Amino acid sequence: MDFASFLIQTLNSLQYGLLLFLVASGLTLVFGIMGIINLAHGSFYMVGAYLAFVLSSATGSLVMAIVLGIPLALVFGAILEWALFSHLYKRDHLEQVLLTYGLILIFEQLRSLLVGDDVHGVAIPAFLDASIQLTEVMSYPVYRLAISAVCVALAVALYYVIQRTRLGMMIRAGNDDRSMVESLGINIDMIYRVVFALGVALAALAGMLAAPISSVFPNMGSHVLIISFVIVVIGGIGSVWGALVAALIVGFADTFGKVLIPELSGIVVYVVMAVVLLWRPEGILKKG
Amino acid sequence: MNAHASLLPKLIAVAIIACVPLSGESFYIEIVGKVLVMAIFAMSLDLLVGFTGLVSFGHAAYFGIAAYAVALLSPQYDAASLWVVLPASIALSALAAFVVGLFVLRTKGIYFIMVTLAFAQMAYFIFHDTPLGGGSDGMYLDNKPSAAIFGWEPFELTNEVHLFYFILAMMVLVYLFLARLLQSPFGRVLVGIKSNEHRMQSLGYFTFRYKLGAFTLAGALGGLAGFLYAVLFGFVTPELLSWHESGNVLLMVILGGMGNLAGAVAGAFAFEAMREIFADITKYWQLLMGGVIVAVVLFLPGGLAGVPGRIKRALQGGEAK
Amino acid sequence: MGKTVKIAGSTALSLAIAAASIGGAHAADKIKVGLMLPYTGTYAALGNAITNGFKQYVEENGGKLGGREVEYAVVDDESNPAKATENARKLVSREKVDVLVGTVHSGVALAMAKVARDTRTLMIVPNAGANDLTGPLCSPYVFRSSFSAWQPSYAMGEALARKGLKNIVTVTWKYSFGEESVAGFKEAFEKGGGKIAKEMTLPFPNVEFQPFLTEIASLKPDAVFVFFAGAGAAKFVSDYSAAGLKSSIPLYGPGFLTDGNLDAMGAAGEGLLTTLHYADGLTNARDAAFRTKYAARYRMQPDVYAVQGYDAAQMYDAGLRAAGGDPGRKEELIKGMESATIDSPRGAFTLSRAHNPVQDIYMREVKGGENVVVEIVSKGLEDPARGCKL
Repeated sequence: MDFASFLIQTLNSLQYGLLLFLVASGLTLVFGIMGIINLAHGSFYMVGAYLAFVLSSATGSLVMAIVLGIPLALVFGAILEWALFSHLYKRDHLEQVLLTYGLILIFEQLRSLLVGDDVHGVAIPAFLDASIQLTEVMSYPVYRLAISAVCVALAVALYYVIQRTRLGMMIRAGNDDRSMVESLGINIDMIYRVVFALGVALAALAGMLAAPISSVFPNMGSHVLIISFVIVVIGGIGSVWGALVAALIVGFADTFGKVLIPELSGIVVYVVMAVVLLWRPEGILKKG
Repeated sequence: MNAHASLLPKLIAVAIIACVPLSGESFYIEIVGKVLVMAIFAMSLDLLVGFTGLVSFGHAAYFGIAAYAVALLSPQYDAASLWVVLPASIALSALAAFVVGLFVLRTKGIYFIMVTLAFAQMAYFIFHDTPLGGGSDGMYLDNKPSAAIFGWEPFELTNEVHLFYFILAMMVLVYLFLARLLQSPFGRVLVGIKSNEHRMQSLGYFTFRYKLGAFTLAGALGGLAGFLYAVLFGFVTPELLSWHESGNVLLMVILGGMGNLAGAVAGAFAFEAMREIFADITKYWQLLMGGVIVAVVLFLPGGLAGVPGRIKRALQGGEAK
Repeated sequence: MGKTVKIAGSTALSLAIAAASIGGAHAADKIKVGLMLPYTGTYAALGNAITNGFKQYVEENGGKLGGREVEYAVVDDESNPAKATENARKLVSREKVDVLVGTVHSGVALAMAKVARDTRTLMIVPNAGANDLTGPLCSPYVFRSSFSAWQPSYAMGEALARKGLKNIVTVTWKYSFGEESVAGFKEAFEKGGGKIAKEMTLPFPNVEFQPFLTEIASLKPDAVFVFFAGAGAAKFVSDYSAAGLKSSIPLYGPGFLTDGNLDAMGAAGEGLLTTLHYADGLTNARDAAFRTKYAARYRMQPDVYAVQGYDAAQMYDAGLRAAGGDPGRKEELIKGMESATIDSPRGAFTLSRAHNPVQDIYMREVKGGENVVVEIVSKGLEDPARGCKL
């Protein structure tokens, strides 16, 4: 591999890792703060992508679709939390696994009923539809760079919200001791609803951003779900920062795995996970 | 415990199942045979989930590893010996469970769920992406193992009725074995770990070893189920190891009510019956299936096994909980 | 329990006439067709198209095949090989179907074929391309109305070698359909004097292609041959174009690259050349009639999958006619299918000794969101059926 290729592969790794972070961050928040294991997280990614498709076909613009889609995802998340997930906090993980497993079936089938089973494309917004020439034959799409920028911005915003705001403080406190927070008269139910809605919106946003480069198709949430799990495990449950580090590790492992050891590239990511677990069973960064 | 309570209904249930081959319809013999295999699979998982408190979301891996082992160990144009491939397949699954257990049992709670899932995915990709077992197309088991011992053949697995009774016998054996095991000191420690692991540790038990023992045993029994599945259908595919299969068997366990061996068997029957019925009713059967799963979790925390108790309490005007 | 859809096609009178005119042992019974196809999941659209095509032929025939009324038993195979054997058995032993039609996913089709062989049930594969189905695992009972993975790719290999290309990189998912396609391509391309610079694979259904594009850019081959299908193909083509490679290194592949997903790839797909046994813009009257009827009946344009479903019905019809409408006379039925010339919308084809279509392969170009025919690149291409002992 020559040096130019190496640099571009590094860029590929970063870009892929950052997109994965966006999905995994919502998952780790819901895991860490609410103690809920949510298999339906991949479905939220799928819902986001289909929202991008439906809304951008209706409005003619992906930006408009995202502007409309995020509030829809938030409301959708809040309703789900109210109707279903709020009953799960005191249940054991097994029941959470099952309920969210059932939801995957429901969401996929509803998707099939409402939008059909065809593969659809979503147009890249015109102002981002360009490429930067990197080498003689290779150029890099501006849109991919833009996604990375959005992901970085969101990572910073999340960090700020969790570390510096009153909401973040309550989230962190609820994370550690639910009954204590309740005794302080803080409405923990509301916090949970907000966090869950936020998690759904993050996954949906990832789906919306990814829609133009991945296209939208049935079962698209399934692969993303498993890889997000791996990221959350590597990073440490509940740690947004850990999810970022882990997503980048996975991005690098996957990218360079494909180039250097193509025969085994499917399992590289899992081997990385096993190694991390041996070294730190609770993930690289415990929650914080 | 379970082994002693209500023996009669269980005997009747086994007797009824034993009558299935009398129908002479190979379709029903095969489908009930499959359900019995799934019942073994569900009981093996219940040992972890219901009795030890370890929610494994990757149990299909051990099912699949043994299923592949039969197919890979059988010569292409000849039948392998049952008395070699059966223990060998189970041993391979047990070994895989042991190694994975060393990793995953260092974690707890949500971690445990996700890590077991991730390891199962790893196994899935090994069969899916490498030429070892025919890749994503899977592979055939063209010759079912032969039960001959020095030329004497007590039964033939190629005969669907023999195979059915072989599977039924295995299921009953697994049930008796697990019921007995749970009565033993080992079993009591497992149940103790479920209710309070710290207490068991402070009592001087190395709980890790017990958990590893349970995990390996569950893998071995799951392997037995996988072995029977491969023999029954003569075809194995990476999808046997997929996380959907792990999810389905968990669902069987919870349908039957965790920590209840007979319940796990009932859960397997209920699950397969639901799938059949829904798929016959509508093309959108997954919607119904999903709806039932959600409803069971929300309204039937004790699974099906809790239903009689609920009805009894309701009739007595007692407090349903 | 059986979910059967009855086709109300003809009156009781015509039924009586048909029954009287055939006079076989089961002549009064309906023909039961078992459709085992994906109706949920990734391939649902393909399963529906095949079903539509099959039913269209039956309806054009007054609701009959081989002069007999038709009823269906339908199973959603979910493209899940883990349930394939069970589903196939359900159709054969419980529904007692006369013919199994399925499916899209090769792993599921292989499991079905085993059931078909074991139970001596006639089976027609309306899509799955695994070479083995009409290769080492071929059987008198198993027919295919679609293609083998080898066919379109071999034709592409010949065509590119003829163009004088020397140095090509291949990319595919690491599963058998992809690997068989690349192998077929390689065979023809190397025979024609070309060289494969590098064979790249990635795990199915991974769609993060960026690392491969970077590598392709640094290798600078004459062209790239890829096997992808559906959503993954749409993504590959878009990424390839966005990486600026489309203008410098031409991209080729078997037609699955651009079938059913042109809408998703948009402008990135324009101008791509692919090979397949069907194309838009064919000029035969058979195709025109098929398309008009399909569009009117289902309110959408037919695709290659619909054609394959349609032809599966034609093949069985031909067999049944040869057997006097009696599905029990299997030897005559199989002979009838083997010797038939199927008047397909894709152009007429016959069946090889291994029961795979011997058919023309078209070079197609993506123009205005359609795969428009350019020329026939391989006339009457027959799969070598390696390992088949028929």
